[in-house]
Amino acid sequence: MKLTVDEVKHVAELAKLALTEEEIQQFTEQLSAILDYAEQVQAVDTSAVPPTPYVLPLVNVLDEDRPRPSLPTDVALANAPDREDGYFRVRAVFEE
Amino acid sequence: MSATSSATSKAVDSPSSSSSPASTYLVLGKYEVVVGMEVHAQLLTRSKMFCRCSADYQGAPPNSHTCPVCLGMPGALPVANRAAVEATIKTGLALNCRIAETAVFARKNYHYPDLPKGYQISQYELPLCLDGWVAIDLPDGGSKRIRIRRAHLEEDTGKTTHVDGYSLVDLNRAGVPLMEIVTEADIASPDEAYAFLTKLRTLLRYLGVNSGDMEKGAMRCEPNISVRTPEMRERGEYGVKVEVKNLNSFRSVRNAIAYEAQRQAQILEQGGQVEQVNMGWDEQNQRTVLQRTKESAEDYRYFPEPDIPPLRVEEPWIQAIRATLPELPDAKRARYQEEWGLRRAEAEILTSEKRVADFFEAAVAAYGTAKGKPQRLANWITGELFRLLYAEGQGQDLRQIAGIPMKPEQLAQLLRLVDERVINPNTAKKVLERMVRTGENPQAIVEAEGLAMVSDTAQIDAAIDQVLAAHPEELARYRAGETKLLGFFMGQVMRALKGKADPGLARQRLQEKLQSEASSG
Repeated sequence: MKLTVDEVKHVAELAKLALTEEEIQQFTEQLSAILDYAEQVQAVDTSAVPPTPYVLPLVNVLDEDRPRPSLPTDVALANAPDREDGYFRVRAVFEE
Repeated sequence: MSATSSATSKAVDSPSSSSSPASTYLVLGKYEVVVGMEVHAQLLTRSKMFCRCSADYQGAPPNSHTCPVCLGMPGALPVANRAAVEATIKTGLALNCRIAETAVFARKNYHYPDLPKGYQISQYELPLCLDGWVAIDLPDGGSKRIRIRRAHLEEDTGKTTHVDGYSLVDLNRAGVPLMEIVTEADIASPDEAYAFLTKLRTLLRYLGVNSGDMEKGAMRCEPNISVRTPEMRERGEYGVKVEVKNLNSFRSVRNAIAYEAQRQAQILEQGGQVEQVNMGWDEQNQRTVLQRTKESAEDYRYFPEPDIPPLRVEEPWIQAIRATLPELPDAKRARYQEEWGLRRAEAEILTSEKRVADFFEAAVAAYGTAKGKPQRLANWITGELFRLLYAEGQGQDLRQIAGIPMKPEQLAQLLRLVDERVINPNTAKKVLERMVRTGENPQAIVEAEGLAMVSDTAQIDAAIDQVLAAHPEELARYRAGETKLLGFFMGQVMRALKGKADPGLARQRLQEKLQSEASSG
């Protein structure tokens, strides 16, 4: 399955990756090869197999609604590149 | 009042009347409005959806309710909140939904600073609740079903504050359980949208799953609005829909739909085409404005959340949750009308808030259900008591009834004092005012203020003589045939007796006196 350069650019944009023109070319080929490989699996007849998003025999793993202590604000912000008055400070985002 | 029967009571299930041409809401004389609604409702759990940080974020210092899970730290493991799952199933049951046997959480991928994981955990292909309906009342007395397409569970995002040149992020709200309810495009007018939202909020409050406070963001509504001609409807076609956000009240939703329908109809009238865009509501100028959106179309790449095993909802679990459903507003209203003979108008307003209904029912239990009694109580509650709540409470919120010092049993005592002719109805209003403020028993107030009704004929006669003597001019006019002055004299007599006279007796004595005066004069 041949990916287009535009598809790779779109995926890179969604993943917030800045790619050079060279890398885009490179990944277009590599990703296409990976998809080709995956395509072999499509040949298997799975019409009798129900969709299986989970392989573990687990359902209803639920916690009771009892609050537990949160992290101290300083710890929560410890890895933040920038902060202000207890907030994470980030580049301007326009109003939704 | 069995909970099981109330959710699907016959009274709820009144036949839906198809809207007659006369009642169809048309814009520019020919465009029908088609609205589907998305409602987000924060669930009233104590902890967050996928971690056990406190969900009580209002007023908390920024980033004081976070942990590795809601901060999106690598390796953190989200675990779903049982209470949130059960609240959603409970809501689904009240909305007449089918509860999915298997429900799966999914990742909705997008980058925004209020969502540190880079995705929101939501439900996509397999939501918890499907195919329900809510009945709304139509002005012509009929009712109409607004179908519910789905109700699912997800997590709220953090809050961003935009400052000059940068933004501040508070993640206390990130991960608070959020239920999304999506209707089919069954809403055909701004008023129907208003009625639907009012009904939904009432239900959510009855269930105790959501506060319904739109101004605090606990409930958010996004209508999808389009218009079409009857010909398009016949061909099964829809117009291009526009989603409107930033609506902070039901009134805004109603106004936004009316405005947007008009705007779209005008575009079509002029031969143009409606663009599929997101609009925001400008409350100040009462209009919709185009919202800036990213160029790249939405591409959320949903996939099943690998960290959370699926939900399997089997019948015993559903039955256990069904058993916790309270009697719902429509069933209550029908019961008030049928069993207690209440008029529709009072039955409706008393059931609009569960706390009001609870107050009323406790008062009825204390006062009695003999013919006319529940209606008399209803009149006092929806009349004088609501007036006092509005005048002395904070805002027009009837839920405040649960917080006043006066108990329902005391209101019943007050009405009994009127029935037993200990005080007259006007005095009772004064007593009620003090009861609402202080929570004192009515009997104690009557004694303390000496408000007992004056039924002593001699005392009343003396007051009448005094009034007539003090107003010779009015008396002369009365004698000359101006009989409407009876009201004036009555008022003076009541005033002379500090409003405490038995009004029936006073009126009777006054009439007799005036008649004899007239014949003697």
